[in-house]
Amino acid sequence: MVQRFSTRLGLLGEPLIEWTIRLCGWSAIFFVFAIFFFVFREGAPLLFGTLDLTEFFTSVNWRPDSRIRPQYGVLALIIGTMSVTLLAAVLSVPAGLGAAVFVSEFCPRRVREGLKIVIELLAAIPSVVWGFIGYMVLNPLVIWATGAPIGINILNGGVILALMSVPIIMSVGEDALRAVPDTYREAALALGASRWQLVYKVLLPAAKNGLLAAALLGIGRSVGETMAVLMATGHAVQLPSSLLDPVRTLTATIAAELGEAVEGGDHYQVLFVIGTLLMVMSLVVNVTADLIVKGIRGKQNV
Amino acid sequence: MSSASAVSAGTVSAVPATRFTAGKVEKRKLLVERVAAGVLGITTSALVVPLVGILTVLVVKAWPALSWAFLTQNPQNYMTSGGIWAPLVGTFYLVFISLAVAAPIGVLAGVYMNEYAGDNWGTRIVNMAVVNLAGVPSIVHALFGVGAFVLFAGMGRSVLAAACTLAIMTLPVIITSTREALSAVPKSFREACWNMGASRWQTIRTIVLPNAISGILTGVILQVSRAAGETAPILFTGAVYYVAVPEQGIASYLPYGLWDRCMALSYHLFTISTQVTGVTEGVQYGTAVVLIGLVISVNVLSIGFRVYLRARKRW
Repeated sequence: MVQRFSTRLGLLGEPLIEWTIRLCGWSAIFFVFAIFFFVFREGAPLLFGTLDLTEFFTSVNWRPDSRIRPQYGVLALIIGTMSVTLLAAVLSVPAGLGAAVFVSEFCPRRVREGLKIVIELLAAIPSVVWGFIGYMVLNPLVIWATGAPIGINILNGGVILALMSVPIIMSVGEDALRAVPDTYREAALALGASRWQLVYKVLLPAAKNGLLAAALLGIGRSVGETMAVLMATGHAVQLPSSLLDPVRTLTATIAAELGEAVEGGDHYQVLFVIGTLLMVMSLVVNVTADLIVKGIRGKQNV
Repeated sequence: MSSASAVSAGTVSAVPATRFTAGKVEKRKLLVERVAAGVLGITTSALVVPLVGILTVLVVKAWPALSWAFLTQNPQNYMTSGGIWAPLVGTFYLVFISLAVAAPIGVLAGVYMNEYAGDNWGTRIVNMAVVNLAGVPSIVHALFGVGAFVLFAGMGRSVLAAACTLAIMTLPVIITSTREALSAVPKSFREACWNMGASRWQTIRTIVLPNAISGILTGVILQVSRAAGETAPILFTGAVYYVAVPEQGIASYLPYGLWDRCMALSYHLFTISTQVTGVTEGVQYGTAVVLIGLVISVNVLSIGFRVYLRARKRW
């Protein structure tokens, strides 16, 4: 009797649980669309209304609080994001890929395991702590080293972002190098190649796409980073003329101003338009990196 | 794997040419090899050394402030001194509620992707969605939280809205590691169970999940570490600048309701270092060290789990 009851429950319950599992699986798609929808929805009235798109993309005047004529030009913010990201990429891509090559090909196994754990912990440090380090520790160091009047500027933000994106570049890059079949290594060594020749002539060309994806993901992380750049790059909406000028990025602008903007007002909505812009940028970077990685996998299966 | 470690030990390449037998070309090859290894090694240590240096500076500066009272007192004198009890409890609230929301959805989604999804375009779209969800900037998650939970769902700025935002942000962590843990369970286990007449779900419940539980826990732990450190998503969805909570008795452990706004450690660190003037340096560094300590110890726990898992593996 009891057994029959539980069987019946099983017959009823199993489709139910299977459909719950399916729904949860599809929820990721739902959430991505929901994020886009809700961010877009809050900014849409302004985007299709009074926002002058030409001014939005080409003007450096960001004066959302102006009583007479508020201006929403994000060019200076885009340049700010680009300058910090570019500096971070220049520092972190060679360092991250170099470290990936070292960890994967040069160092003994035990050291490798240790290094990977350190890198994992480096990746775990919260962005607000990186911001704090930039603001409190790096700030006086930059002033001391360069003589700049303030130490929170492009240089500071770029260094912090580079330290933050190195772990992701390194771990994705190492995966790409590991994915090169060992037969390639054996063949090169059998021909008398040194380890460096092996890396330079065989592994780098073979893992090219994966390494590119690693760099892209690292740069994507720099573009989307918020708290660290909010605290470490200073707060001047301006076109920078040197590495020692403070700038403001797209993400930092949202974080700094959403709290003060009147709900539903133009200023509030333009921040959501910037959010939509950021979302589109991150989608493009991620899909590109994903396609590149899938591209290698597909080729290897053949 | 084994041949790769032989390569990195350098046994193969070092044999044919030594300093005494090498010709001009081979000498140059050895030199380049040594320079390259040196440069790469220095690059790698250049990443580790500043990390250790920075952590040392933080701990040294925080040392005078760290004490039991620092953990169990509220911030005092307009947050310029005192402890971090209110933000610490707030962070625990946010972490546990976001975990309660994200863990079931994330684990089941991982089960779907590894056990149910076939090899077709639908699965590829789900994959792509998870990758993109992980790549959305945190501030965009914050905007989503404001649009969806605070305004649309009518939660207002509250613990619940902030925790839901965090949950969606950290979902990919759980999905990815659940999926990896499940795919590590050998196919033959499932086949054996199917041959006994078990249904798909029975197999998952009795065979697959118990064998993958440590791997799944690793992912859940990583979610905790991520949720504890995030600041941007809670800025406008539920974090508050300052609120006093009871410091004594049972009420001190459950000070916030689901609809209240709460303080959080990460946001507190942001405010006391950039918004409030005259904060004692020890308090600032102390807060940073407690936050790092929390996150890193959670990560170390997860690494420990992984090592244990690898040692115990029976297949």
